Amino acid sequence: MITWIRRNLFRSVTDGILTILSSALLFYVIWQALQFVFVTGRWEIIQVNLKILLVGRFPDELIYLLGFSLLALVFGISSLAAGGRGPGKQIKLARTIWEAFQRFGLLIATGALLIALGGDMASLLFGLYVILAVIAGRIFGSIRRKTALSKLPGIVWVLINVLPALSLIFISISQAALEEWGGFLINFYLAIVSIALCFPLGILLALGRRSALPLLRWLSTAYIELIRGAPLFVLLLLAGVALEFFIPASITPDPIFRSVTVFTLFTAAYLAEVIRGGLQSIPKGQAEAGKALGMSATKITVLITLPQALRNVIPAQIGQFISLFKDTTLAGVALSVFELLNVGTAITKQDDYLGQGLVYESLAFVGLLFWVGSYVMSRESQRIEKKLGVGIR
Amino acid sequence: MSSLPSTPAKVPFYRNLTALKWALQILALLLVFALLFWLYSNYQENISKSNIQTDLRFLDNPANFTIPGNDFDQSQPVRDAFVQGFLNTIRVSFVGIILATILGTLVGIARLSKNFMVRTLGTVYVELIRNLPLLLLITFMNLGVVLQAFPRIEDAWVPFDLFVVSNRGIAIPWYLGPTGQLVLIIFAAIVIAFVVGKLRIRQADKSGTQDRAWVYGFVVFAIVLIGSWIIFGYSFETPFVEGRGTTGGLRIDPSLFALLASLVIYTSSHIAEIVRGSILAVNRGQGEAADAIALSGSQKMRLIILPQAFRIAMPAIGNQYLNLIKNTSLGATISYFELTQVAQITVGNGSPAVPAFTLTLLVYLGISLTTSLVVNYFNRRLALVER
Repeated sequence: MITWIRRNLFRSVTDGILTILSSALLFYVIWQALQFVFVTGRWEIIQVNLKILLVGRFPDELIYLLGFSLLALVFGISSLAAGGRGPGKQIKLARTIWEAFQRFGLLIATGALLIALGGDMASLLFGLYVILAVIAGRIFGSIRRKTALSKLPGIVWVLINVLPALSLIFISISQAALEEWGGFLINFYLAIVSIALCFPLGILLALGRRSALPLLRWLSTAYIELIRGAPLFVLLLLAGVALEFFIPASITPDPIFRSVTVFTLFTAAYLAEVIRGGLQSIPKGQAEAGKALGMSATKITVLITLPQALRNVIPAQIGQFISLFKDTTLAGVALSVFELLNVGTAITKQDDYLGQGLVYESLAFVGLLFWVGSYVMSRESQRIEKKLGVGIR
Repeated sequence: MSSLPSTPAKVPFYRNLTALKWALQILALLLVFALLFWLYSNYQENISKSNIQTDLRFLDNPANFTIPGNDFDQSQPVRDAFVQGFLNTIRVSFVGIILATILGTLVGIARLSKNFMVRTLGTVYVELIRNLPLLLLITFMNLGVVLQAFPRIEDAWVPFDLFVVSNRGIAIPWYLGPTGQLVLIIFAAIVIAFVVGKLRIRQADKSGTQDRAWVYGFVVFAIVLIGSWIIFGYSFETPFVEGRGTTGGLRIDPSLFALLASLVIYTSSHIAEIVRGSILAVNRGQGEAADAIALSGSQKMRLIILPQAFRIAMPAIGNQYLNLIKNTSLGATISYFELTQVAQITVGNGSPAVPAFTLTLLVYLGISLTTSLVVNYFNRRLALVER
């Protein structure tokens, strides 16, 4: 213990001074934060506005649809995580719990905080349902490993798990118009829809930029560099005033349509660069082996290089998704989408709270949600990176 | 030996690789043109219906707004407002890049420190900031720090009688004298210091002693600067509170401070991660070799590790610089008068929106391309020359 202290804290005189200074700073910040959270913070502004922060003006009578979608999503993810191919490892229970705590502790804590803020029986029950859905998903997933279900092709298995959630989400969209969505929900919606839409475009652009055909290469390069040289905020502003001029008059774009368009076109350029990095990391021998087998160029790309490239850059893709997730806040100021940060600043201007300096409380809550989301995703991406062994050679 | 299948004398055009490649490219080009034409025809149709202005004539109209911290007049044309906005963008970007690089490098080194507390502090800083949206930081800095935590002008903080900090901005001591002259002197001092450093390196190479070119260069720089300061008779002016404002010194607008602080904090957390990764990526043998020839800890860092780490970090850091420049456009959300804000206001005042925002985009594109040219130049200079 004393050796550790001497090694890590007081190597030399300057080291000792640095230690004292940085501990003082750290403890001061922690002390202030604790005092703010437990003593001076007036959290009733969050409690009162909890629903609007999370889902915006989503109709009350339809909220059960969102609940079911979330449950189905949780079920599908945990089932997919449990039902992957490969031998099930025997791990000690304590260790499993510790690992699960490290991975999901933050999420569980945030969920608990939201339940506490909600403060009624319904939210507590919903928390229980979520836990049940996780357990059910794991059981369903492990059933697949043990029974004849394991003979199902992977894609069908994925579909079985994803379809209920997807269809519920589509039902929610058809029941409650998108303009009524808001808060944290719309941030997630924008990020997920845009990343899904930009994926094919990003792959095409990456292949185009690596292509041996000069015209395709120039076109892709020009697109990528043009988009990467422009700020997202200005693109959003431009879309806010100019998008209706470039599409047929029959479509009247709403702010969400505009932001999805911009996010998709913007992220595609960045995703293309990420995928290009992956393509460059594939050794030449792979494509040459394909040629030796007499495969066509298309087959080599689709069956050999592209899958490996996409696999190698999964962490970078998650990083791109995280930055898109954070950038969805821009839609609030540029296009008046009713997203979380926008709601967070708007609630401090309500009649009950105007001019009382409650900015700290609401921004802290908004920041917490974004922080937990990005942090958990980046931790998971580091885990995947380790699993793939990309970083270690 | 079996005979090889005979190749046909003439390859049909649909199997001819060259023809196929060209056909594919022309097809792609046609597709792109079709898309552009579709967009353009939509554009024409919609424009003819709505009858709005699509050219740049609005640049000559009077601007009808003023820019804080600037003697910009309402009657000057919009063109001048754009120029002022451009200058403000460049100002924030330049200062922001310098500060973010310094802070980011320090935090990056701190994250690898042997000292547990310093390491923890660095990790907390990086993990906390990196995972927050930049817009949240800017909003917090503006609403939470500058407008709420800073005192009102009547009871402003006056640390050391040098600064005046209030919610009307921060005033810092500033020199008195013509700006152009000072810039010239600083430039001349840098050139002289650079030349002296080079000479010193040449001399040291001959005699085989340590060159300490940086020390020499810095001393020369300081001497030239202080000397000309005295010769030209510049003086400092410290700001003081007068009425409902400050007089003297340089006043930094609250929005400028909020924007600059949040950009620096945000970008430095990203640069710190890049610096940390690059230091770890330097071959371990390099550090061990430095230990073997008994260099001290700081010498090892300064002379062996950091120069090589920066070579690795350069492209990624260049990307962060570009991000910072593009992120200055968020200044518009807290009404700092940079390019985007100027565009937004002129559009609000009746300038046609599409040409105004397109012009803004093109200017950003120009800045980005110039910056990436500069970064690429340094990148090539720093790159390892391999066989």
